[in-house]
Amino acid sequence: MDALPDQAGAPSGGEGRGGKLATNIVHFARTLRTAGLRVGPGQILRAIEAVEAAGLRKRDDFYWTLHSVFVNRRDQREIFDQAFHVYWRNPRLLEKMMEMLLPSISVPADPEDKKQLSRRLQDALQAGKGEAPKEEGEPPEVEVEATFTVSDREVLQHKDFEQMTQEEIDQALKAISRLRLPVPERRTRRYRAARRGPRVDFRASLRRALRPEGLTELRKREPRRRPPPLVILCDISGSMARYTRMFLHFMHAITNDRDRVYCFTFGTRLSNVTRALRYRDVDIALEKASAQVEDWSGGTRIGQTLHEFNNKWSRRVLGQGAVVLLITDGLDREGAAGLAEQMERLHKSSSRVIWLNPLLRYGAYEPKSQGNKAMLPHVDEFRPVHNLESLAGLIAALDVKMHPADRRLTDWQTELRKE
Amino acid sequence: MPSAKPASIDATIELLKNGDYIADRSLATVLYLALKLGRPLFCEGEAGVGKTEIAKVLAATLGRPLIRLQCYEGLDVNSAVYEWNYSRQMIEIRLAEAQGVHNRDELASDIFDERFLIRRPLLEALQPHTEGAPVLLIDELDRTDEPFEAYLLEVLSDFQVTIPELGTIRAAETPIVIITSNRTREIHDALKRRCFYHWVDYPDLKRELEILKVKAPGAGERLSRQVVGFVQELRKLDLFKSPGVAESIDWATALSELNALDLDPKTVNDTLGVLLKYQDDIQRLQGSEAAEILRKVKSDIAAQPLG
Repeated sequence: MDALPDQAGAPSGGEGRGGKLATNIVHFARTLRTAGLRVGPGQILRAIEAVEAAGLRKRDDFYWTLHSVFVNRRDQREIFDQAFHVYWRNPRLLEKMMEMLLPSISVPADPEDKKQLSRRLQDALQAGKGEAPKEEGEPPEVEVEATFTVSDREVLQHKDFEQMTQEEIDQALKAISRLRLPVPERRTRRYRAARRGPRVDFRASLRRALRPEGLTELRKREPRRRPPPLVILCDISGSMARYTRMFLHFMHAITNDRDRVYCFTFGTRLSNVTRALRYRDVDIALEKASAQVEDWSGGTRIGQTLHEFNNKWSRRVLGQGAVVLLITDGLDREGAAGLAEQMERLHKSSSRVIWLNPLLRYGAYEPKSQGNKAMLPHVDEFRPVHNLESLAGLIAALDVKMHPADRRLTDWQTELRKE
Repeated sequence: MPSAKPASIDATIELLKNGDYIADRSLATVLYLALKLGRPLFCEGEAGVGKTEIAKVLAATLGRPLIRLQCYEGLDVNSAVYEWNYSRQMIEIRLAEAQGVHNRDELASDIFDERFLIRRPLLEALQPHTEGAPVLLIDELDRTDEPFEAYLLEVLSDFQVTIPELGTIRAAETPIVIITSNRTREIHDALKRRCFYHWVDYPDLKRELEILKVKAPGAGERLSRQVVGFVQELRKLDLFKSPGVAESIDWATALSELNALDLDPKTVNDTLGVLLKYQDDIQRLQGSEAAEILRKVKSDIAAQPLG
């Protein structure tokens, strides 16, 4: 295992700078890229440089040399490891596989692309067709058409996602993609110049003092403000199935609207879909996200998944005053085992927990289920989320000052505490 | 005089060993590359696996000054790179006025002189040092916010800093840069790409034993073996915070201070706070679970004696 395979086209340092080794590294980098690692030409150059510096005496050294350049995150280690062992044991094998694969990716991918494209194109064309006859019928009355759309939207605002037809859902999705979160900001520890800030900006004052008028006034500064990170935990279990698509679109819209948004889905297990949702195109983003999630419309283990979140992710995403949006109906399959403790921890490690519950749309809602009882004491805000209006209301809710906590929430919380 | 940088990976392992740091080959490889090619080393890993220690040991064994920049939220150029000494500047202006200096250009060049410059760690690291290029430790980078990261990007790629009043200051000799992160947030890829990346893992049983031998010499062989076995078992559990190497060293030291020669359930219960830092974890382990693990460790040792 110690010696590298240096015959038969395998990497060898003997060819001077560049040569076969360089070619092999380039191929290896390409393999990694195909496997999903982000490898750019800069890294390839650096890898070649690094291998030249470290030498090729030991297979292990070679492994760690390439590792230090190509791996950027811990979760890339497994992919790198597998690729390395396959590639450098027999580069030919992988090359052959790639040769076999490449054409099949590039050539037949074409029709596939077309298929994909055509479906979306078709949708677009059909949408056009749907509108075209109308316009033919009443071409001059554009304004009427417009008012119709507005009132249409109005109806849509109040309609429960659950009762929407496919067409209405499509419209709602469009409305969601237009949603913009206002920027409820938090004070940071950075400063910026301000006329009446609380602190003196000495540097600016001194520079000013050098002007002909001399030191006439002190320059001031104030804390800079910026929106806090937002963490969305979305329930995708069976009981939420009708809403899931809406929420995915909602998460996508928010993710692409601002920075520092982290999205997770949970049912029986927790998946981090943040990177997938960063794709601008909503179809690609959702496709990538759904490929990653394995527990669609299954059961719910809120306690278990929150435990996973708290252990693995909370320290990484809940810094700097993060706000948590928890989207779930709180119906836990496992009788809320351990849920209260996990909720408490979540609550204590974030600046605000906002629970969005579609069940809250029923006027007579009472926190009766085990899960609801366990969760309710540990949220700052409890809101319905079943139609466009409530989503828009949520946006206002993100601003602390504008909306104090729901009265009903405090009532329930005191009641639950008594029990 | 500073020692020369190590000439091979084996020499790097040796060098770290001289500073009482037992490194595995992967770390030595990356470190060797970083030293040889003059690029920063980016170490990520759980708390207490010895990331910061690398820089300290490196500075000590190479005989270089260690410059440490501890990151925190809101870290800005004023506290990371440089600041003007405002009060002295004010006095200078006052004195100039008293002496009747009215030439403003002269005054400006006077008060923005290097005499009034306070050097913070990043600028300090670019200055020439008699002992050779310093080791710059940028500790817990994940604690700062993204704007500072972006600034660092500039410093780390060109090793220069621009001060508007003075001009650009370039490093006389590239400093040895070690960046650490506890991964409380993802560091941007752009920054990582400029560095050699290394994930510092928990050591395996054999290496951790070696580490204890060096770092906690007071603990007997049997005790060390039990401590390491116990800690290794704990890391397999789903704890909120698994104990790091620092914790096992602390524990071994604490136990030897208590004159323990052999682990027993009571001692474990009493000293669990050295090892675990979260009440939930302690509560879970205290009592039967700790005793169970201890039993397993002891039977493992019995089955596989040292060697």
